[in-house]
Amino acid sequence: MAYFLQQALNALQLGSIYALIALGYTMVYGILTMINFAHGDLFMVGAFLCFIAATTLGLPFVPALLIAIAGVAVLGVVIERLAYKPLRSAPRVSAIITALGVGLFLENFTLGLSPYPKHIPPLLSSTTWTVSGVSVSSLQILIILVSVGLMVLLDVFVGKTMTGMAMRAIAWDRTLVPLMGVPVDRIISITFAIGAGLAGAAGTLYGLAYPVIDPYMGIMVGWKAFICAVVGGIGSIRGAMIGGYILGSVEILVAAFCPSTYRDFVAFALLLVLLIFRPYGILGKPQAQKV
Amino acid sequence: MKLNVRDLLVERRVWLTALLLAGFVACVAVQAFGLCNLYVQLILMYVGINIILTVSLNLINGYMGEFSVGHAGFMAIGAYVSALLTVRGFPAAHSAWFFPVAVIAGGLGAALVGMLVAIPSFRTRGDYLAIVTLAFNMIVKSVIENVEAVGGPRGFMGMEKLTTLPWVYVWTVLSVWIIRNFIYSRYGRGVLAIREDETAAELMGVDTRQVKLLAFVISSFFAGVAGGLFAHLLQFINPRSFDLLKSTDILIMVYLGGVGSIAGSILGATSYTVLLEVLRPMGVWRMALMPLVLVVLMIFRPRGIMGLREFRWFVPVRDFFSGALPAPKKEVADAAP
Repeated sequence: MAYFLQQALNALQLGSIYALIALGYTMVYGILTMINFAHGDLFMVGAFLCFIAATTLGLPFVPALLIAIAGVAVLGVVIERLAYKPLRSAPRVSAIITALGVGLFLENFTLGLSPYPKHIPPLLSSTTWTVSGVSVSSLQILIILVSVGLMVLLDVFVGKTMTGMAMRAIAWDRTLVPLMGVPVDRIISITFAIGAGLAGAAGTLYGLAYPVIDPYMGIMVGWKAFICAVVGGIGSIRGAMIGGYILGSVEILVAAFCPSTYRDFVAFALLLVLLIFRPYGILGKPQAQKV
Repeated sequence: MKLNVRDLLVERRVWLTALLLAGFVACVAVQAFGLCNLYVQLILMYVGINIILTVSLNLINGYMGEFSVGHAGFMAIGAYVSALLTVRGFPAAHSAWFFPVAVIAGGLGAALVGMLVAIPSFRTRGDYLAIVTLAFNMIVKSVIENVEAVGGPRGFMGMEKLTTLPWVYVWTVLSVWIIRNFIYSRYGRGVLAIREDETAAELMGVDTRQVKLLAFVISSFFAGVAGGLFAHLLQFINPRSFDLLKSTDILIMVYLGGVGSIAGSILGATSYTVLLEVLRPMGVWRMALMPLVLVVLMIFRPRGIMGLREFRWFVPVRDFFSGALPAPKKEVADAAP
């Protein structure tokens, strides 16, 4: 039982990080129907910004987290303005390939700047409590709390504010909404900023939990977060959160009960099976195709 | 000016055959007499392999309009099947003779798996099919990593260097030829119809399942062939050479050259491979420069270099002239009273 609880806690930690990244995918998809494949690399940039803040600037945790969030949010908006905006009326696939290109650029640019993996120094003095056989570290609690807090904030923001309403409106109909006086460009930029900021936060938290970072760390995590978003129903914000926790749990459980090299295999096979039964994801709505 | 379609067809056949034969002779000559150094030969072989990969992926992504992101998975299957055959299956003394058989077997293995991947494509499209192919690529990599008999994560070696310039040339020409003929065949029209509108295609009587299955099988077969050539060129394969980065590379070559264009695939694969080599003095930074080139190209030419256009020579004569020449006059006079 204790073992199970321990793994559940690990799953929550990993799932939180996946969910944070998946949110960025799903928000951008909801508003632009475009898969932002550079998103995983924004996550990587977040981890590297945290590293710079922690070593070069010698900042503690909270400012480092804020710097990572702000830096990646700005980067996200710049990428959107320079690379994606000219392609809004182009075929969808061109935008996706541009996103792949931007991702590769971020990876290799970072690789050029830092050819060797970096080690993030411990930003927080982590204490570990043992409650009836389950060891809980303050770091784990912090990661879970920060992610859940950010997700709740986002949910409130999208559900209750005018900007959030505008986002949902654009996702609903992109041709009609501008006629109602909604500043589409600004709302899209805000969406990118929020999505990228969440990825930056995820990068920082990931860097705390698994401190060795390298320029290619975003690829695998990014694709997995994309899978979370699809499993939850791409375009659905709550779906992305659920998808993140599902994938996190599956991965941790497989690693706990099978040889850990089977982790990817079982996780992806399960996802395929899930997609056969619910091809539009858990919270996604089946799209009616007009003929 | 009298233009006879049949004459043009014959003339073009003669020219094409002559050109292809000349290319083959040149390849044999280069290999036999060492006309250019081994490095250039190696690059030429990479160009050939990349053309096979790009053309075959273009069939799915460009012509059929699906979004497959796991092409390296098929390549991995072809590479491992053919490598296992030449190292363990066939007598080592005659491995050079069995090489084409091994490559075809690799292609068939990949085609078999391609059939399995095609099945989800009957129901899902777009992003969900992208996920399926993505998961497929990761599953292939992860399975190979867990099979100790093929070396697991350490990789597999012991192949002889059987891939030569003439072989690459023959396979490249063969793949371009077969895929080009497939596209302009009756099934190929079905592939294009699925891209334009799947529902309408089905209503017009296109057997969409059959067409999709066929397209996936052909595409994965040639990806497997490319894998086989790759394995016997490098003489060492490991699961990490067939990960998502490799798939991304192939995707970039397809979209750089242009979707729905064989000429584009050839241009895309050639320019990408050669540019990466030319820029080698830049070190890591060339890997940062190439994506930037891609992004700029996408902004100014969203459909890639060729983008749905084609070299004249790849288009069948009848198609090329159907727009350029007036349709043959029907014998209206006889029918009229």
